[in-house]
Amino acid sequence: MNVYAYFVAGWLLLVGGYGIVRSRHMVHAVVSLAVAQSGTYVLLLSIGYQRHVTAPVFGSTEKPTKHVVDPVVQAMTLTDIVVSATVTALLLALAVQVNKRQGTVDPDELAALEG
Amino acid sequence: MSRRVRLLVFLIGGAAVAVLLSLAFLDMPHVGRSEHLYRDLAVPASVRHATANVVSAVNFDQRAVDTFGEETILIASVVGAAALLRPAKEETERRPPDTSRILESTRLVGYLLLPVTLMVGLDVVGHGQLTPGGGFQGGVVLATGLHLLYVAGSYPALDRLRPLELFDVLDALGAATFAAVGLAGIAIAGSFLTNMISFGSLGQLFSAGTVPVLNVAVGMEVFAAMVAILAKFLEQDITVVKRDATEEAGS
Repeated sequence: MNVYAYFVAGWLLLVGGYGIVRSRHMVHAVVSLAVAQSGTYVLLLSIGYQRHVTAPVFGSTEKPTKHVVDPVVQAMTLTDIVVSATVTALLLALAVQVNKRQGTVDPDELAALEG
Repeated sequence: MSRRVRLLVFLIGGAAVAVLLSLAFLDMPHVGRSEHLYRDLAVPASVRHATANVVSAVNFDQRAVDTFGEETILIASVVGAAALLRPAKEETERRPPDTSRILESTRLVGYLLLPVTLMVGLDVVGHGQLTPGGGFQGGVVLATGLHLLYVAGSYPALDRLRPLELFDVLDALGAATFAAVGLAGIAIAGSFLTNMISFGSLGQLFSAGTVPVLNVAVGMEVFAAMVAILAKFLEQDITVVKRDATEEAGS
C-alpha cells in the first residue's frame, strides 16, 4: 500500500493552479505554472520507480540487467523539462512585453487584450 | 470576474480534479513495484545497440523522432522569444554603462570556475551514451558556464566573448546535424533516424552508433538556444532603452 508519491504529484499540480489563480504578478504566475508542471515530473518518476534497484546506466562493472528503474519514463521526464523550460522562456518574454505596453504586471490591472 | 469569484470557481474545479485524481491514484499500481513493461522492452533494445545509458538510448535511438520534434520546439521558442524581445520602434540600444562593482572573491571564483564548468559541460555532452547526462543537460551546463562571465566579469566582457551571430548559426547547425543523421538513416537503412553506424561494444566511448552524434548535435543546439534566449533577456534589462530617456533603463 504505497501510492503517496502520486498524491504529491497531484498536490503540486493543484497548488500550482492555486498560485496562478491568486497571482498578482505575472512572473509569479509563470513560476506557479512551473510548480504545476513539476507535478508531472513527480508522477512520471514515481510510475517508473522500483525499490532496491539502481539507475538504468550500465558499464564495465555494472553488467546489464533488468533490475533497474524504468528508463522510458525518465526519458519522458527529460522531454517534459525541456518543454517546460521553453514555455517558461516564452511566457517571461510575453510578461516583459506586457509590462512595456501596459505599464503593469498585475493580471488584474490589464483592462483588455490588445491586438 | 472578481478575485473572489475566480477563487471560488478554482476551488470547485480544483476539488473536482482532486477527487478524480485520488480515485485514479488509489487504483494505480503501487510505487516501487517490480513490474515495468516498458523497462523490460527498453533495456534489451538498448543493450542490443551497445548503449550503456538506457535513458540516452530511449531518447536518441528508440524515440529519436520525438527528440527531433522536441528540438524543433526549442528552436521555435528561441525564435518566439527573439521576436517578442526585439527592440521596439520607440526604443534604442545603448552601450551598457560599465558600473559593475564586483567583489574580488566573486571575480576570482567566477574566473576559476569558468573553464571548469565548460569542461564539465563538454564531458557531460560527450559521454551521454555512457553516463547520466547527454546533450540537453550538457548544453545547459555549457550555457551556464558561459554566463559566469557576466556574474564574475561584466556585461561588456560577456558581450565581447559571445558573438550572437555565431550562436544563431550553431543553433541551426545543431538542428541540421540531427536532421542530416535522420536522412542518412533513410539513405542507408530505409527509415528516418535509424541507428546505422556500427555499435561498437558497450561501455566504450565510441559505441552506441548514432547516439553520441545526436547527443553532440543536441548539445550544440541547447547551448546555443540557452545563450540566445538569455542574451535577449539581458539585452532587455541592460542595453535596450526608450528613446530620449537614457537615464531610465527600459525594463
